[in-house]
Amino acid sequence: MTASTASTDTRRASALRRMRRGHAPGERRVGSVILLVLVTVIVLVPFAWVVSLSFTPQAEAFGSVSLFPANPTLDNYTTAIFDADLGRALLNSAVVGLVTVATNCILAVLAGYAFAMLPFPGNKALFYTLISTAAIPISVTLIPLFLMARGIPLVGGNDILGQGGSGLLDTLGGVILPYIVMPMNIFLARQFFTSAPLELGEAARMDGAGELRIFFSVYLPLAKPLIAVVAIFSFTGVWDDFLWPLVVTSSQEVQTVQLALARFLGSGNVQYGPLMAGTVIATVPVLIVFLFNQRSFISGLSDGGVKG
Amino acid sequence: MTSATIAPPGATSAPGGATPPPPPRRRRRWSRSAIFGLVFVLPAALYVLIFQLVPVVYGLILSFTTYSPLSRSGPEFTGVDNYTDLLGDADFGNALLVTGRYVLQVLPITVVLALGLALLVNRPFKGVGLFRSALYVPHIVSLTAVSMVWLWMYSQTGLFNEILGFFGAPAQSWLLDSDSALNAVSAMRIWKALGSNMVLLLAGLQSIPKDLYEAARVDGAGRWATFRYVTLPGLRPMLVYVVAMDIIYLAQGFAEIYVLTQGGPLGSTTTVNYQIYTEAFQYNQMGSASAMAFVLFALIIGFSVLAVRGVMGRQK
Repeated sequence: MTASTASTDTRRASALRRMRRGHAPGERRVGSVILLVLVTVIVLVPFAWVVSLSFTPQAEAFGSVSLFPANPTLDNYTTAIFDADLGRALLNSAVVGLVTVATNCILAVLAGYAFAMLPFPGNKALFYTLISTAAIPISVTLIPLFLMARGIPLVGGNDILGQGGSGLLDTLGGVILPYIVMPMNIFLARQFFTSAPLELGEAARMDGAGELRIFFSVYLPLAKPLIAVVAIFSFTGVWDDFLWPLVVTSSQEVQTVQLALARFLGSGNVQYGPLMAGTVIATVPVLIVFLFNQRSFISGLSDGGVKG
Repeated sequence: MTSATIAPPGATSAPGGATPPPPPRRRRRWSRSAIFGLVFVLPAALYVLIFQLVPVVYGLILSFTTYSPLSRSGPEFTGVDNYTDLLGDADFGNALLVTGRYVLQVLPITVVLALGLALLVNRPFKGVGLFRSALYVPHIVSLTAVSMVWLWMYSQTGLFNEILGFFGAPAQSWLLDSDSALNAVSAMRIWKALGSNMVLLLAGLQSIPKDLYEAARVDGAGRWATFRYVTLPGLRPMLVYVVAMDIIYLAQGFAEIYVLTQGGPLGSTTTVNYQIYTEAFQYNQMGSASAMAFVLFALIIGFSVLAVRGVMGRQK
């Protein structure tokens, strides 16, 4: 059912309900809109204060703060970016995020495509095994993954058996390690391609196209909405994660944005101005992605379907 | 390691049964296309097996050992000692209680409020999309960032004390008092989880076939009866999913604890996940930390199953 018929149906159903109860149309609507406005304001108020604080000079930040600072300043932003090395962290998070987007868009999407279009004996069992791993708690895999990252052979001073060095610990490679293929993305890709037409591939096959060619030039161009959702989930997942980067990195050169934020807390007396500026900076990229892809976010999450 | 969700129920089969069965595919064994299928799946499958499933087995083995990553000698097998030690470990018992209380005081409130909001934004009116998106924003912002926001709100000169001051009440040390710290963290998580739960429940509401409402109307059902006998049963699959996912997420609370309270004061906000982190990465006790992780894992599975049964009710 498409969104438009769904909302027409809902409209008709609610019109029917109103008629039966004898309410004037719109009377209850006004009540619920007022309630909604109230809740929405409460939900969003903290963000308004964050933005306000981020422009409030240090001297004004103590004592009662007003929502509109008397002398707005960008000092907090320069402090956050240069003193707290947030600039470097932004770059690290962007690199980690983009690599993750690339590997997921290729490997996870290719796997999901094969699960849907090129079935092989045992494909269902393998598929369900892979996606069930999405439910494993982080705490269970955290310690083994840490030891595995340390034991990757031939990197970070390790010998061929993964001994002797620090492996991928404290490198961006180590930060990326758990995200290269996210099981959720395999699931989304399979769902998408299950409803893609088989005939296109058959026709290309008749013309002698290879399977890889069929994937890249016939089906991938159809899959733009899927790619968008996979890219968004991969990027925001990595950008927002805290616990894994916290354990796998130790030096400031490889810290991610979220870690850089937490570093503000380390020095005892928290300076809220720069901290809030940092919070704004760390949030804006994800917020922009969200604002431009609200439909992908909300419908991709809610029905798991990624149909255009 | 990601915060990616597993798929909601609507994804595999729509609660209303609207998804047509997939078309039959060719069934030849190991045809040319089957070989290509396996080859295409292999990189992703091997990766997930090595970096998602192997760690579970590895972690289980570690949980029966004593191991410090600083020592160059490998893990030393100690049988079930880690688990029996946990039985008498007051700190771990406290962490379990804190985690349980955390889940129990966030989950019901956030699900009920989210359901109310979902019902409100399920009505079509101009600008409803704006409300849906606005309420979803706290979910978009990372847990670390929203924790920073609430850290300020709970601070001595923060928003909550400003409001108290406005009414002439004395300022509170929300996060520094062991009676109120966990409640303060819980309030933040309720606020944060509201939007995503609302969106999921909204999708659940919209998947309920409209003719059921029509039928209820014909039968003369009132508003409450319609909610009780049409909306709630139709919403069950999504409700199950929401409750199970919330339990899984909340029981693993970490970033918000790290930012807001560091597990304190007096361990009053030390969740199991926070204790696992300190045990493994500050005290370097990888073996006992793994045992804690598996106890948590078992409890999460157990309570999710219980909650799912509870939500499904007597339905068969």
